[in-house]
Amino acid sequence: MNPLRRILAILAKELTQLRRDRVTMGMIVMLPLIQLMLFGFAINTDVRHIPAALVDQSNTALSRVLAQAVTATQVVDFTERHATPEQAQHAIVQGRVRAALIIPDDVAKRVARSPSLGLGLGTPRATDEELSRPVAQWLVDGSDTMIASSIKGLRNMPLGELLRKPVNQSTPTFAVALLFNPEQRSAVNIVPGLVAIILTMTMIMFTSAAIVREGERGNMEMLINTPVRPIELMLGKIVPYIFIGLIQALIILGLGHLVFRVPLGGGLLALTSATLLFIGASLSLGLVLSTIAKSQLQAMQMTIFILLPSILLSGFMFPYEGMPRAAQYIAEALPATHFMRAIRAVLLRDALLADIRTDALWLLVFMLAGLIVASLRFKKRLD
Amino acid sequence: MSAPISSDEVRSDQVQPDQVIRAQGLTRRFGDFVAVDALDLAVERGTIYGFLGPNGSGKTTTVRMLIGLLTPSAGSVTVLGHSLPRDAEWLKRRIGYMTQRFSLYEDLSVRENLQFVARIYGLGYRQAKARIRTLLDAYELADMSRRRAGAMSGGQRQRLALAAATMHEPQLLFLDEPTSAVDPQSRRDFWEKLFDLVDAGTTILVSTHYMDEAERCHRLAILERGKKRADGPPQQLMDDMGARVVEIEAPDQRRLRQQLLALPQVVSAAQLGSRLRVLVADDIDDPVAWLRAQPVAVGAGTIEAARPSLEDVFVISTGGAERE
Repeated sequence: MNPLRRILAILAKELTQLRRDRVTMGMIVMLPLIQLMLFGFAINTDVRHIPAALVDQSNTALSRVLAQAVTATQVVDFTERHATPEQAQHAIVQGRVRAALIIPDDVAKRVARSPSLGLGLGTPRATDEELSRPVAQWLVDGSDTMIASSIKGLRNMPLGELLRKPVNQSTPTFAVALLFNPEQRSAVNIVPGLVAIILTMTMIMFTSAAIVREGERGNMEMLINTPVRPIELMLGKIVPYIFIGLIQALIILGLGHLVFRVPLGGGLLALTSATLLFIGASLSLGLVLSTIAKSQLQAMQMTIFILLPSILLSGFMFPYEGMPRAAQYIAEALPATHFMRAIRAVLLRDALLADIRTDALWLLVFMLAGLIVASLRFKKRLD
Repeated sequence: MSAPISSDEVRSDQVQPDQVIRAQGLTRRFGDFVAVDALDLAVERGTIYGFLGPNGSGKTTTVRMLIGLLTPSAGSVTVLGHSLPRDAEWLKRRIGYMTQRFSLYEDLSVRENLQFVARIYGLGYRQAKARIRTLLDAYELADMSRRRAGAMSGGQRQRLALAAATMHEPQLLFLDEPTSAVDPQSRRDFWEKLFDLVDAGTTILVSTHYMDEAERCHRLAILERGKKRADGPPQQLMDDMGARVVEIEAPDQRRLRQQLLALPQVVSAAQLGSRLRVLVADDIDDPVAWLRAQPVAVGAGTIEAARPSLEDVFVISTGGAERE
């Protein structure tokens, strides 16, 4: 009875303090709202309309048709024209354009011999470089791999349309069936990930300040002289924020569904348990940080220290599978990675609780371990 | 958890029926710095025991060791028959502690703070409600119960802190410089509350650097640089201080003071407005006559004996060895 009473005492106190803190209250709602709108629209892995320069050394009808055909792909927009490749390269260095298309003066000859055209004027042998040269050249700012690969996608652009000839029908080696997200919209993958990122940020931030704040505001000496036990203090500190976490998850998923048409498939049970476990794991991780930090500023720095890898390594931005083994181990130690996997599985691939049990268990372990470590680290002494 | 421990308490109480705090050789070091040095203490039930000392004399460190917030580097402490720091948790339900700095929540109202404290000490809903009403009335907080603690004056905050510290009706109350941010009238009122608590059977240990407050204590320990320089009831300390007080009215006080301090019999001389307060060692039977006979006193006005004060005791027990 008394332990429960003490937990409720801390809980009620935290809620009252939170209610008085208008800015934080506003952030609880505005933060997920704004971030969702911002990133939901902004993050797009399908790169289009890259600014490019055109160097047309041939200046013929054919070269102009070729340039138009490239523009029609929408991958690039020709924003400037130059006489020489050097000038175009200079524009790349200055950052005005990301790529340049150089059409040589013998483009007509090259097109005629191009195998992709299939005119049959002379199908060149694979070894015959002289005969089978590409029709034009791209200079690409390769430092951004995403842009580079978009332009590389143009490498085998069919040329048939240039001469109003039917393109050779080719049979793909593989048939690819896109099971989920058939329209390949980035938002479908980004929005569930945003739940993980925003919750990581707000949840860890709230509790990482929770204990250290009592010390900074001078309440600690009174608090540790009461009969409250460390574990009661910890539970009283995290329970109010569980509700806040749920509200934020609801905002992101609700708006994600309405605005970005993110499917809400899978089991409600799986979704709720994964979210609750992740909120619990993040909150207790924050508590551990709070018992280490000496000031709220330090607590904030530690939060960022956790937040950055949670964004970059959790699979939110880059596929987990593409990372080296060591980075994968680090990612596994972050609650965000497990939740990212679980929530995408549930929302996008209709997974049920049984399908995500490994990640759910990990989150449970994180939560319990965090609570225990924080309680053990919290000493009701000043020495 | 109460059964075996309370029988233990009864047993210890039979040994020392009246001592609620007993400390022997209490020492606390922070690195090389000795904050409290081999302190012996005995506090009797139902009294106000004062720690008098300047800032940095080890008052707060001692209080923290007596309530189990700091572990002593050496020595032993028994509070309410229980040894510290082992039984610190047991003790927390039975003692109240008012910290030097206001330590309740400034963003909570008076009532919310008291509700928090009531819950954390495990009071039931009805019990808490009744107790809070009693405390709000007793400490004149009833008409500001909705005000935030951060918006209150020093005196009001101090009453709130005392109300919170006595929420669970502790047998023993520790007050660490409770009146340092409070005006004189509030201080007087505050001490009235303390005497009410003592009448109700509470033992109070209070630290202060105000002489007038120290004078109100039943018993007093004078601390300086972690050492206890004197210990006893204020009146006894004044009677036994080993010096007599003489006040001299003289034109050139600064020069006179220098000359007096050069005399081996003069323990201290301090300027009080137009008067010079001189402490003369008590092996001189008639200090007034003795001073008049001194060549340095030629030209001085009235010379008369004065009533000793705690400040004199304080000066003798702390600064006596090293006159300016």
